[in-house]
Amino acid sequence: MSKAPLTRRSVRWLDQRSASAPLLRKTLRYLFPDHWSFLLGEVALYCFVVLVLTGIYLTFFFVDSTKEVVYHGHYAPLYGQQMSEAYRSVVDLSLQTRAGLLIRQTHHWAANVFVAAIVLHLFRVFFTGGYRKPRELTYWLGVTMLMLVLLEAYLGYSLVDDLMSGMGLVIGYSVGLSIPFVGQNLMNWIFDGMFPGSARLWPRMYIAHVLIFPILIGLLLGAHLLLVALRHHTQFRRKKAQTERTIVGVPLWPGQTPRSVGLALGTAGFLFLLGGLVEINPIWLWGPYHTYASTNGAQPDWYLGWLIGGLRLVPSFDFTIGHYTVVPNPFWGGAAFPLVVFGFLYFWPWIERRLTGDDAFHNLLDRPRDAPARTAIGIGMITWIVLVFLAGGADRTFILFGISYTAQIWVYRVIVFVLPVVFGVAAWWICKELQASERVVRERHEAEAEARLAKLRG
Amino acid sequence: MRRLANAVVSLLVLLLGRGRRRPRGAERLVKEQPPNLAAELGVLALLGLSSLSALGFVLVYAFAEDIPAATQFLGLTLGLALILFAFALVVVGLKLVPTEELAEEYPPHEHPHEQQVIAELVEEAGSGITRRGFFKLGLLGAGGALSLAVLTPAVSFGPLFRVGDFLRTPWRKGKRLVDESGRPYKASDIQEDDFYLAFPEGVGSAGEEQMAASLVLVKLPVDQLRLPAQLKGYDAHGIVAYSRICTHAGCAIELYRAPLYQPDEPKPALVCPCHYSTFDPATGGTVTFGPAGRDLPMLPIYEDSSGYLRAKGNFDGPVGPSWWGVRMWKAQP
Repeated sequence: MSKAPLTRRSVRWLDQRSASAPLLRKTLRYLFPDHWSFLLGEVALYCFVVLVLTGIYLTFFFVDSTKEVVYHGHYAPLYGQQMSEAYRSVVDLSLQTRAGLLIRQTHHWAANVFVAAIVLHLFRVFFTGGYRKPRELTYWLGVTMLMLVLLEAYLGYSLVDDLMSGMGLVIGYSVGLSIPFVGQNLMNWIFDGMFPGSARLWPRMYIAHVLIFPILIGLLLGAHLLLVALRHHTQFRRKKAQTERTIVGVPLWPGQTPRSVGLALGTAGFLFLLGGLVEINPIWLWGPYHTYASTNGAQPDWYLGWLIGGLRLVPSFDFTIGHYTVVPNPFWGGAAFPLVVFGFLYFWPWIERRLTGDDAFHNLLDRPRDAPARTAIGIGMITWIVLVFLAGGADRTFILFGISYTAQIWVYRVIVFVLPVVFGVAAWWICKELQASERVVRERHEAEAEARLAKLRG
Repeated sequence: MRRLANAVVSLLVLLLGRGRRRPRGAERLVKEQPPNLAAELGVLALLGLSSLSALGFVLVYAFAEDIPAATQFLGLTLGLALILFAFALVVVGLKLVPTEELAEEYPPHEHPHEQQVIAELVEEAGSGITRRGFFKLGLLGAGGALSLAVLTPAVSFGPLFRVGDFLRTPWRKGKRLVDESGRPYKASDIQEDDFYLAFPEGVGSAGEEQMAASLVLVKLPVDQLRLPAQLKGYDAHGIVAYSRICTHAGCAIELYRAPLYQPDEPKPALVCPCHYSTFDPATGGTVTFGPAGRDLPMLPIYEDSSGYLRAKGNFDGPVGPSWWGVRMWKAQP
């Protein structure tokens, strides 16, 4: 008796033990509507995988302690310097461990690309109305993940305990301290005392970075993907057959699988190329952090640039009543600004529904021009955030182009309120014009068809 | 070349290919894809190159000590191995497997029948309970109390209400000002247009990390000092001492703008490089630009009979980034 082929035997074995053949069969024929912008979320997912894998490797070398030690490693400029064990472990990993620097830099690059991919994915979802009913929950999970990822990335940056990371940490601490009525107690609680905190702080940040946040992000990610799959993916109306009721796409097997696995490997390959070839955060150059030290020209990772800009733009004032400080200054740029941005993101689906009265199910996506008001508001928000981001780099602009820092800040303080409106209105107008030009083409086609018909009739 | 390719393919077919028979007449589930020899060869070539690159990574790792720029080669080999593999899969996806698009119905908007069943299950389960209100109250109360109990140990994380530390400083009347290596400063060490890092004598390297320990010292011509009345006498013959920690976001004041070209920037200024809060050392640390909302705390100092710089008392206000109510307090020993 000839044996059945291996595929059949494996499927049978698995189905007998898991009763999963019906589910598996459905999964293999799950449809992926085809559009390049639908891959942005996938890229983010693969970055997360690379982050987890490289991150696990890094945990085998990192020491989560701020105990003071003296450096006696290979790197001469630091020789004999006082530093924390945490910083020394990362310097050693970078300079004295084979492949250590590659994995560390790949981890850092992956974080930068991860946030970029999430933000682009968010733009795609926003401008196409992908968050509308029935996908609000998916969207809210996504926005929450973005927030967690920013915190997670900030923790990772802080853990190294080099000069830059310490400066970032004390700024975060100060923003927390500035929360009215509770900030001081809250920060005392988290840091186990006043900055720079007690010896317990580093194990806390470490476990948050390598366990708590990754698990939270992973759980939300699972729920996010499950919701996408249950409701099926949205689609653009590129073919007649693509309607609110009917989805048209490439099935997971065989069409989509090589594409997606290829994208995963390609993303990983790109990150390893970056990690190997493009230096990022050479911490041995920054030196160890001390509360009494800082450096000029420090720039954070790009995804924190908007917060630096926010902190720098606010003019000198604390909100006081008499001699009583209610809201210290860093609150505005460091806490209120991101709260407004994330508040907008959370409430937007609800606001739009209130404004348009549109409570229908949507499986078809809008093009940005199809919803001029939404596009205008989105462009306005992006303009606002990008301008604040640019203000955060005004010192770089000063060094590169010699434009006075003070003058730049004053200009930004004005244009952050003006340009979002200008750009928003411009976006609205462009959408309307695009719609109009489409109408012209459509009407011409209709007229021509009618003329042909009339001619045929004689 | 063509011959070679043919030979390779025949060899591979002989080695790997086993005749597969398809049951006749059965309808295919996946659309038939016409064979594409060029694409298959391309995929094999890409996979071969990917393997070579991956093995190259292992080699570079093995000889990393002897290779200059080993990190770059490691990244290059591993990255290329992954990217070549990815290209192979993309060719498979575009040329070798059918990429037909299928259509199917979206899931229904809702399932009214199942909704009703679930609701009934929930409702009927509790139909035997008569004191509904009390029941809910009891569950909520127990749940709330239990949550509170479970969260209580988290209070141990840190001293929620011990905020006196924010006011305490290691400075005392008579403490000498020392530099990073512990050498006491003499008034004669401090030059104009330069700036100095100072600590209280004898606090050790851990003590130096306290926010209220570090100082910035600068010297101004005495006739340029414009200290307000409450800070009169805080300077030692033009030498002024301020907390090194910015009152905005806690970074160290690491820049001293001592203009040598007056028309450009007329006054000396202490600047924090994080958000460019700018303080005037001549007027008691008042904010002249940037986001800081509070003056830089000033430490009164004097020159003793041997010429050493010593603290005359404590800062004129709390040190470090601001918190709610910060201005109500004074720095304490």
